[in-house]
Amino acid sequence: METAAPIPNAEAQIALSPWQIFWRRLKRRRIAMIGGAILIFLYLVALFAGFVAPYHYERMDRDRYFHPPIWPKLSRFHIVVPRYEQLPGDFVYREVPSDTQPVHFFVRGDKYQLFGFIPASIHLFGSDDQHPVYLFGTDQFGRDIFSRLLYGSQISLSIGVVGIFLSFTLGLIIGGISGYFAGATDTVIMRFCELIMSIPALYLIISLRATFPPDMSSSQVYAMIIIILSCIGWASMARVIRGMTLSLREQQFVLAARALGQSNFKIIVRHILPNTLSYVIVAATLSVPYYILGEVVLSFLGVGIQEPQASWGNMLTAAEDVQYLQNYPWLLAPSGAIFITVLAFNFLGDGLRDAADTKSL
Amino acid sequence: MWRFIFKRLLHMIPLLIGVSLLTFLLMSLAPGNFYTALQQNPQISPDTIAKLKAQFHLDRPWYVQYFYWLKNILHGDFGYSMAYKIPATSLIFARLWNTFLLSFFAMIFAWGVAIPLGIWAAVKKDTWVDRACSLISFVGLSISDILLSLLALWFAASTGWFPVGGAQSPIHDLMSPLQQFWDYAHHLILPALVLAASDLAGIMRQMRSNLLDTLRAEYVTAARARGLGEGWVIYKHALRNAINPLLTIFGYSLAALLSGAFIVENIMAWPGLGRLTMEAFFAKDSYLVVDCVVMATALLVIGNFIADILLAWSDPRIRLK
Repeated sequence: METAAPIPNAEAQIALSPWQIFWRRLKRRRIAMIGGAILIFLYLVALFAGFVAPYHYERMDRDRYFHPPIWPKLSRFHIVVPRYEQLPGDFVYREVPSDTQPVHFFVRGDKYQLFGFIPASIHLFGSDDQHPVYLFGTDQFGRDIFSRLLYGSQISLSIGVVGIFLSFTLGLIIGGISGYFAGATDTVIMRFCELIMSIPALYLIISLRATFPPDMSSSQVYAMIIIILSCIGWASMARVIRGMTLSLREQQFVLAARALGQSNFKIIVRHILPNTLSYVIVAATLSVPYYILGEVVLSFLGVGIQEPQASWGNMLTAAEDVQYLQNYPWLLAPSGAIFITVLAFNFLGDGLRDAADTKSL
Repeated sequence: MWRFIFKRLLHMIPLLIGVSLLTFLLMSLAPGNFYTALQQNPQISPDTIAKLKAQFHLDRPWYVQYFYWLKNILHGDFGYSMAYKIPATSLIFARLWNTFLLSFFAMIFAWGVAIPLGIWAAVKKDTWVDRACSLISFVGLSISDILLSLLALWFAASTGWFPVGGAQSPIHDLMSPLQQFWDYAHHLILPALVLAASDLAGIMRQMRSNLLDTLRAEYVTAARARGLGEGWVIYKHALRNAINPLLTIFGYSLAALLSGAFIVENIMAWPGLGRLTMEAFFAKDSYLVVDCVVMATALLVIGNFIADILLAWSDPRIRLK
């Protein structure tokens, strides 16, 4: 009787591919799924930033510097925004009672380019000029912080992924070569990795930044930040991959591939590196936050993305002024976005690590 | 043991030379130098600039400059800061001392809080204590140094309990030595707390998982089977073995601490190496940038060296390798 029950179960186990097992284990971790869902939402919003943002990131409202957040209200089946008037003095605003305008959806507004090349002017929501919707308030130039946050997310979120892709590809190939060939090649590469890893990251980032000219176009700066962060990030990856390759190259399937006459490059790329993939995916997810924070720090210190282009880092620069910070705390909004993004990546990465760890159940 | 220490010390020399060479190469690739801006000034004759450049060997190729620089370093001379117009040696060491103190106190605070919390979380696994600690560590790992520093500035400005940035108050020079000490300590507390808070989460998580791993070991079961009290088992047997692997993350923690200090110094105006690096970077004082990077690396390498010695002292297997 006891033997009958487990058999269908065992068959189901065999039928599953490693990826299916991985996915099943991942689905059981609620926190990881929440993290993944948040990330999908954030990346989708970043993709459609121009559409979701009610204003263009450069648009300045000269009547409303440091305007506090304006939240729409529900009144008689309509979503309405109140009007604020400026009181005499330093950027103090007061709500005007019973002067509201409904918020419209899918309205025409500032021109933007969807995905960077499709010209469009339809926005998810908007209102008239006298009743603006500044969800997170405005900054020192009267620009809508919510809109800038969305445009900034395009830069901050994509730098994380592109940077990881570049530096992990480098790390995989260099680490693979180092571990596979061993000997002098290995020694030289590993000493160089040690060299890079022994310089505190931000000091190295600033020295690398010095090799680029101070004034560059925004797309050049974007590429530069990715190059700088990848130049540093590959070293730790290469070290781990090298260690894994050292043990994998002794395995029989590598010997078999060699006996069949495959080239060294093919053995590394086709046979050895795929075996490190589950580690790489987990490490990549947990490393994305460092790339995002790298961009934020560079832009914050004034050597990254430049105004008027919006990035989470350079938006925070305004909050460095203690006077601004005390009176207009909504300037800190980008740091909330950074926090949520990094937290979501940590949630997802933690779950991926547990799901990939096949030793424990 | 002495042979181990000697070997590790010898290992540090090529590393520091390599780091300085790399930084020098990077700075030589930088477009323009300190005198490029001066050339635009019609009041300074090209002759003067050429003379000044020759004085700092800036007219020579980078590897020649490097050898001049290395020769001076070996004589304990860090050169002359072109932007500050004072010898760089005193400048560097004053800033290095500030960064050292900031990181040192941050480290003491972080480890002092993280280790008891980690132990507590491991001992009370799956209770509200454990969950609260894991929430703290998730939040701590995700919060950026920038936000923490900005919040600390805000806190200092709103309550007035702490000075808003800097390392000394304007009347510092008029104070008695004891007052000066208190003034400095008062300025140090907030940046050190911010730095510690960002470092705390990782150590706590590590401590918790180490202790949980050790508690699963067979000798712990054996100790329990012998009828030893739970407190005795945890604190006398398990904890000693769980602390050991923590020494290996000391190096990583120190690297994170120095990068964190870079941000905290720049936001909270703490006159350390990180702030000096940015000032030198904007002034294009390339020798000073190299000096800063090398000194920060030296701080990290020496920290790792101390961690290695502690590890070798506590674990004989490492000494014998």
